[in-house]
Amino acid sequence: MKLTVSDLSCVRGDYRIFDSVGFEVDAGEAVQLTGDNGSGKSSLLRLVCGLLERESGGVSLQGAAPGAEIADLCHYLGHDNGLKAPMTAMENLQFWRAVFGRTGLEALAALRTVGLERIADLPTGYLSAGQKRRVAIARLLVSKRPIWLLDEPTSALDAASENLLGRLVDEHLGAGGLVIAATHMPLPFAIAATIDMSLQRSVPEAAPEPWEYTG
Amino acid sequence: MQFIDLANPTRFLSISARLMPVLIGATLIAFAIGLYMAFFVAPPDYQQGETVRIMFVHVPAAWLSMFCYTIMALSALGTLVWKHPLADVSAKAAAPIGAVFTFIALATGSLWGKPMWGTWWVWDARLTSMLVLFLMYLGLIALWQAIDDQIAASKLCAKVILVGFINIPIIKFSVDWWNTLHQPASVMRLGGATIHPSILWPLLILALAFSLLFLVLHLAAMRTELMRRRVHRLRRLAADSRLQPRKA
Amino acid sequence: MTMAWALFKRDVGLGGAGFVGLIFFLSIVTILPFGVGPDLNLLARIGPAILWIGALLSMLLGLDRLFRADYEDGSLDLLLASGHAMEIVVLAKVAAYWVTTALPLIVAVPFFGFFLNLEPPAIGALVATLLAGTPGLAFAGAIGAAVTVSLPRGGMLLAVVILPICVPILIFGVSATLAAYTDPDPFLPPFAILLALTLFSAVIGLFVAASALRASSR
Repeated sequence: MKLTVSDLSCVRGDYRIFDSVGFEVDAGEAVQLTGDNGSGKSSLLRLVCGLLERESGGVSLQGAAPGAEIADLCHYLGHDNGLKAPMTAMENLQFWRAVFGRTGLEALAALRTVGLERIADLPTGYLSAGQKRRVAIARLLVSKRPIWLLDEPTSALDAASENLLGRLVDEHLGAGGLVIAATHMPLPFAIAATIDMSLQRSVPEAAPEPWEYTG
Repeated sequence: MQFIDLANPTRFLSISARLMPVLIGATLIAFAIGLYMAFFVAPPDYQQGETVRIMFVHVPAAWLSMFCYTIMALSALGTLVWKHPLADVSAKAAAPIGAVFTFIALATGSLWGKPMWGTWWVWDARLTSMLVLFLMYLGLIALWQAIDDQIAASKLCAKVILVGFINIPIIKFSVDWWNTLHQPASVMRLGGATIHPSILWPLLILALAFSLLFLVLHLAAMRTELMRRRVHRLRRLAADSRLQPRKA
Repeated sequence: MTMAWALFKRDVGLGGAGFVGLIFFLSIVTILPFGVGPDLNLLARIGPAILWIGALLSMLLGLDRLFRADYEDGSLDLLLASGHAMEIVVLAKVAAYWVTTALPLIVAVPFFGFFLNLEPPAIGALVATLLAGTPGLAFAGAIGAAVTVSLPRGGMLLAVVILPICVPILIFGVSATLAAYTDPDPFLPPFAILLALTLFSAVIGLFVAASALRASSR
C-alpha cells in the first residue's frame, strides 16, 4: 500500500495555507511534518482524512482494496481527544469501536495495552491530560485502520507514555501500516522522511506596491 | 453583455461603475413619471379616498421584497452549484435591501390599514407572510454578521437561503389556512376586485421604478462589499511579516 | 448501522437536559394563567396553543447543544473522518434528541392538560399532533444547530433561523388539535399536512444539516 500526496494545496478562508505539497508514504513507513504553527501541518492531516477540502492536487492510495475510500482507512488523532467526560474510558472506547469498526482489540484489551486497565470504569472527566491522551491513543487500537494521521501525538505525554506510543507505532508499521505525524517535537519512532511545511507555503498573491516579499 | 464577463470582480467594478449613472437616471425618470401618475392621474377610491394611493408604494414594495429573495435564492444556487465568484457577494448585498423593502411593505400596509380597519395591524394572510419574510431577512443578516470566515459564511447562508426559499410557499399556504381558520371571511381585500387602467399604469410604472431602484442599490451594495473585501485583504497582507517595503 | 445505534444510545445516555426542558415546559404552563387570568374557559380555548408553543420553546432551548458538544471535544471531527455518511449521523443524533427532549414533554402533556382544563379528546389530539409534529421541529432545529455550530453563542440566532420553518408545523399542529374536538372541522386534512410537513422537514433537515456540518470543521 502506498499513499501519494501530489501537488496538494489548501485554502482556508482567504489564506492559502500550503501550496504544491508532494510526498509518498509506503507501507511500513512513518513521515513527519514539521514547521511552525500556521504552516499547515494540521491542515494537511485534516485534508488527507477528508475534514478539509483541497484546492488543487490530490491524495491517492495504491494497493488498497478496490472501492476503499481513504476516509475509511484513516485513524485521525487530532488536538482534541474526542472523549465524553461523563462516560467511562471503557464506554468511550466501545463507542468509537462501534463507529470505526469492530476490527481491533476489545476496549478493555486496548486500555490494558496503554496501561490504563485500572481506570477503565472511571468517567474520563476524572482523568489527567496524559491519561486522556492515552485513552485517545487506545482508540487507534480498537479498530484496525492502516493509515494513522497523528497531530502532536506526544503532547501531554510523559516519557514512559512516549515510549509506549513509540512501541505502538512500531508495531503498526511492522504490520504494514503507514503513519503521518505532524509535530516539531522529536518522535519516539523511526521516521522515513521529514517534510518541512514552512517551506511549502507560497505567497498568496503578487505583492502590491510599494511592498515586496522577503524571506 | 455576457454574464460571464461580470465574473471577474475587477471587471464587474468597472462595468458597474459605467452603468450606474444610466441606471440612476432611469430610476429617477421612472419614479417621476410613476409618482406623477399616482398622485394626479389615478382617481381616488370611492371607498377609501386618497389613502388608496399608499397602495402605489405598498404593492411594488411587496413585489420587490419577494423579487429580492428570489435573486438571493438564485445567488445561493450560484454559490453552491456553479461556484460563481460573485454569487455570494450578490446574496449578501441583497439581504439588507430586501429587509428594507419588506419593512416598507409592512409599514405602508399598516398605514393604509389604519384608516380602513381602525387598527395599526391585522393578522391577515398577506401581511403575516410578509412579517415572516422580514424575520427571514433579519436572520440571514445576523448570520452573516456572526460568522467570521467569509467563505464559510457564504456557503452556510446559501443553504439557509435555499431552505427558506423552498419554505416560502409552505408558509404562504399555512398562513392562508391559519387565517381562514381564525378569522371570519369579511376581512377587507387590499387590492380590490378589478384594477382599472388608470390605476394599473401608475402601478406598473412604479413597479418598474422600484425594480430599477433595487438594481441601483444592489449594484452599489455589491461594489461596497467588494471594496470591503479588498480592504480586508490588504490589511491581512499588511500583517504578513514577510512583506517588507520595497527598497527604493 | 452499528454506528447509528451506538451514536443513538450514547446521545440518549448523555441527554440529561431533557429534564430541564420538562421543567421549562411546566414553568410556561404555570406562568400562563398569571398572565391571562384564571378563567377556565379561556384557558381551555388557548390550552392546545399554549402546550404546542411550550413544546416548541422547550425544544429550541436544547438545540444549541445538539452538535456543539461534539464540535468542541473533537468527536464531530472523528465522526466526519470516519467515512460514515453524515446524514446517518444527523439522523441518529436527532432521533436521540427527540427521545430525550420531546418524548418527556409528550408524556407530560396529559397531566399539564389538566392544569389548563382540557378535555380528554383535546388531550388525545394534542398527543397525536405532538407525536406527528415534534420530529419535524427536531429536524428543522438540526438545520439551525448545524449552521450555528461554530458560533459560541449561536443559540438565539439558531432560533431566528429556524422559526420560519417551525411556523407551518405549529399552525397545522394546533389547527389539527382544535379540529379534533370542534364539530364541523375535519381532523384528517390538517393532520395529514402536519405529517407531510414533518417528512419534508426530515428530508431537508438531514441533507442540509449534514452538508453544513461537513463544511464546519475548524
